[in-house]
Amino acid sequence: MITFWVAVLAASILIYVLLDGFDLGVGIIFAFMPNEGRRLSLLQAIEPLWDGNETWLVVTGVVLWGAFPVVYATLLSAFYLPLLAMLAGLILRGVAFEFRDKSEKLRWVWDGGFVLGSLVAAFVQGAAVGALVEGLPMSNGHYVGGDFGWLSPFAALCGVGLCVGYALLGAAWLVYKCEGELKKTAYRLIRILSAGLLFFLVVVFALALNKNLAVMDRWMARPILFLFPMASVVAALLLGASVKQRWDAGPFISVAVIFASAFGTLALSFWPYMIPFVITIDRAAAPHESLSFMFWGAGLFVFPLMLVYLAFNYGVFRGKNRPSADHY
Amino acid sequence: MELSALLLSRLQFAFTVSFHIIFPSFTIGLAVWLAVLEALYQATDRPVFRRVFEFWLKIFGVAFGLGVVSGIVLAFQFGTNWSVLSRMSGPIQGPLLTYETFTAFALEASFFGVLVFGRSRVPPWLYLFSTAMVALGTTFSAFWIMVNNSWMQVPVGYALENGAFVPKDWAAIIFSPVVWVRFPHMLLASFITGAFCVAATGAWYFLRKEFEAEARVMLRMGLFLAALFVPAQLLFGHLTGDYVHKFQPAKFAAIEGRWETEQPAGEVVIAWPNAKKEANDFEIKIPFLGSLIASMSFDSKEVGLKDFPVQERPPVVIPFFSFRIMVACGLAMLALAWLGPYLIWKDRLEQSRWLLWLIFLSFPLPFIATLTGWFTAEVGRQPWTVYGVLRTADAATPFLTTRTVAISLALYVVLYGFIFLFGVFYIYRLLQAGPAGALVIASRDATPSRPMSVVKSSVVKAPLATGQAQEARGD
Repeated sequence: MITFWVAVLAASILIYVLLDGFDLGVGIIFAFMPNEGRRLSLLQAIEPLWDGNETWLVVTGVVLWGAFPVVYATLLSAFYLPLLAMLAGLILRGVAFEFRDKSEKLRWVWDGGFVLGSLVAAFVQGAAVGALVEGLPMSNGHYVGGDFGWLSPFAALCGVGLCVGYALLGAAWLVYKCEGELKKTAYRLIRILSAGLLFFLVVVFALALNKNLAVMDRWMARPILFLFPMASVVAALLLGASVKQRWDAGPFISVAVIFASAFGTLALSFWPYMIPFVITIDRAAAPHESLSFMFWGAGLFVFPLMLVYLAFNYGVFRGKNRPSADHY
Repeated sequence: MELSALLLSRLQFAFTVSFHIIFPSFTIGLAVWLAVLEALYQATDRPVFRRVFEFWLKIFGVAFGLGVVSGIVLAFQFGTNWSVLSRMSGPIQGPLLTYETFTAFALEASFFGVLVFGRSRVPPWLYLFSTAMVALGTTFSAFWIMVNNSWMQVPVGYALENGAFVPKDWAAIIFSPVVWVRFPHMLLASFITGAFCVAATGAWYFLRKEFEAEARVMLRMGLFLAALFVPAQLLFGHLTGDYVHKFQPAKFAAIEGRWETEQPAGEVVIAWPNAKKEANDFEIKIPFLGSLIASMSFDSKEVGLKDFPVQERPPVVIPFFSFRIMVACGLAMLALAWLGPYLIWKDRLEQSRWLLWLIFLSFPLPFIATLTGWFTAEVGRQPWTVYGVLRTADAATPFLTTRTVAISLALYVVLYGFIFLFGVFYIYRLLQAGPAGALVIASRDATPSRPMSVVKSSVVKAPLATGQAQEARGD
C-alpha cells in the first residue's frame, strides 16, 4: 500500500515537473521576445495546456497530505514564505493569460506578471529541492529554521539552475510546437540554455562534493545510482544530435529524459527518506486505514482515468501550431 | 485582541476561504441549472432556451475559473498555517480531499471541454450528458468538502493514536447524519444562489426593456425554482440547527444569545451580547419560543453559556449576528420567491416595476446568507478546530511569527482584491452585453482547462450581434 502511494506521488511530481516545467519555461523565455507577434505565438504554444498542467501540483499536494501527512505538514510550514511567493506567482501568471488581451495600456503589467510569476515559481521549486538536498534545519522531527532557514547559497543556486532548466524545457517545447522564425530562435536558445544548465550542474556537483553533503555518501554506497547520470549523458548526446539534424520532437524528448533521470537520481538518493535524513517513508505514511481507503477508489480507478484524460488532452493538441490557427 | 500569528492565521483562512466560497456557491447551482436548460432545449426545441444557455455558460466560465484559482491556495494553506492540524488529522482529511480533487478533476476536466466547444462535435444526447457530468463533478466536490468540514464539526469514526486521528470507520465518517443534513443545506444554498442571480438578471433586463424573451425565461425559471428551494432550505436549516443543538450545545447557546440555563427558555430576537457582563444589552425576548425552536416543546430546559467554562465558550457576537443576518436574508428571499410567482400567475409581474427592482437588487442576498451561515458554523465551533478534541490555538503552525503571517495575509488581500475586481468587471460586461440573438461560437482555444477563455470571443462579438445589444452599449 505504501509503495503504491509512493509511486502515485512520484508519478504526480514527475508529471507536474515535466508539464508545468515547459510552460513555466516558456513564461521565462517570454521575457526575451522582441514583439507582440512573437509573444502571441509563444502563448499559443501553451495556452490550451498550462492550466491542466498546474492541476498536477494540486494532485501532488493532496496525495502528499492524504498519504504522507507528516511530510505535508512539515514541508509546507517550513517553506511558508517561498510557497506563498510561488502561489502568488502562479495566480499572477494564470490571470495574465486571461487579462492581457483584454487590455491595451496595461498589457505590460500583465506581461511583467507573467514573466515574474513564472520565474518565481521555478526558482522556489528549485530552491526547495536544493534545501532538501542540503538538509533542512530540523530537530526532533520539527522544522526549526525560521522564515529563511531554507535559503542558502546552495539552495539559491539550485533555484537559478531550475529556472535555466525549465527555460530549456520550454525552448524544446517551442521547437516541437512552432514553425518559422520562432523555431529558429528556440533552437538557438536550446544551445545557450543547455550550456548554461551544464554549467550549473557542474557547479552544483562541485559544491556538493565540497560541502560533503550526506547525499553524496549514498552515491558511493549505491553505485547503481550512476545509471541515471548515464541516461542523462545519453539524452544529452541525443539532444545535440537532434538539434543538428533538426528533428523537432527530439529536444523535448531528450530534455524530458534528463529531467526524469535527475528526478530518479534524487528520489533514489533520498530513499528510504522522504525528508532527508530525518523522516522515512514508513514513518511519514498515513495509517493503513487511510491508504487503503484511498487505494480502493481514488487510486485504483480515478487515477488511471486522470492519466487517460491527460493523454487524450495532449492528443487533441498534438502537432504544430499553424501560425494562423487562431482564426476560423 | 492582540494581533498574534494565530489570530492572523485565522483571519487569513477566513479571508481566503470566504473569497473562495463565493464562486463555487454560485457555479454549483448554475451548473445544475445549465443541465436543466439544455434538457428543456432538447425537449422543446425552443431557441430561447438555447440562447439563455449559451449566455449563462459564459458567465459560468469566468466564475468557475476564479473558483479554481482561489481553491489552489486552500489546498496548501492547511499545511502552511495549520501544520499541527494537518499532521494530526491528515489521515482523515487528506484522503477526503484526495477524493475531492480526483473525482472533481476527472469529471470536470473531461466534460467541461465538451461543454465549451464540443456542441458541434458530439450528438445532442452526449452534449446533455456532458452538462450533467459537469454538474455532477461540482456536486461531488461540494460533497467531499462537506464531509471534511462536518468531521471537524462533529468528529466520528476515529481513534487517537500516536498523536494522530486514525480513521477507524469510514462509513461512519461519510454517512454521518451531520453530513447528510449539512450537504443538502449547502447544495440548496448554491441552487438558491444560482436561481436568484438568474432571476435578478432577468428582472434587470426587464427594467431596461431589452432581451425580453430571454429575460422572461430567466425571471420565471429563477423565481419558480427559488419558490421550491427556499422553503426546503428553511427545513434543512432547521435540521442543521438540530445537530448543533445536539452535538454543539455551546455554539447553540451562543447563536441564541442565551447566557443562563432556562426552563422554559425564551428566544432572544435581537440584543447586543456582552461577554464581559455575561448578559445581553438591549435585549428583546419572546418567552417560551426558545424551548419551542430548540426542542419542539413549551417547557424544555435549554443550557446557557454560563454552564461552560470561559475557555470553552465560543465568541458570541459573531455567531449571534451572522445567524440572524442569514435568517433575515432567507426570509426576505422567501417573500420574493413566493410573491414573484404569485404575480406571474396573476400575470402582473412584468408591470410591477417595484417588485422587479426588489428582485434585481436581491442578488447579493444568497451570497450574504451563505457567508454568514459559514461564519456561524465556523466561528461558533471555536475555540475548537476539531470540535471537542483539538483546540484552534494548538492546531496552528507553532513557529510562525506575526510578521510572517502579516506579510502573507497582506499579499493575499491585495492579490485577491485585484483579481476579484477584474473578474467581477468581466462578468458585469458579459451581463451588460446580454444574450445576443445570434449564437456565439465558442472561441477555438477555449479548453477544459482554461474556462475563462470562453469569454474572449463573446465579449467582442456579442455586442455587435444585434441592434438591441448595440443600444445597450450606447448607454
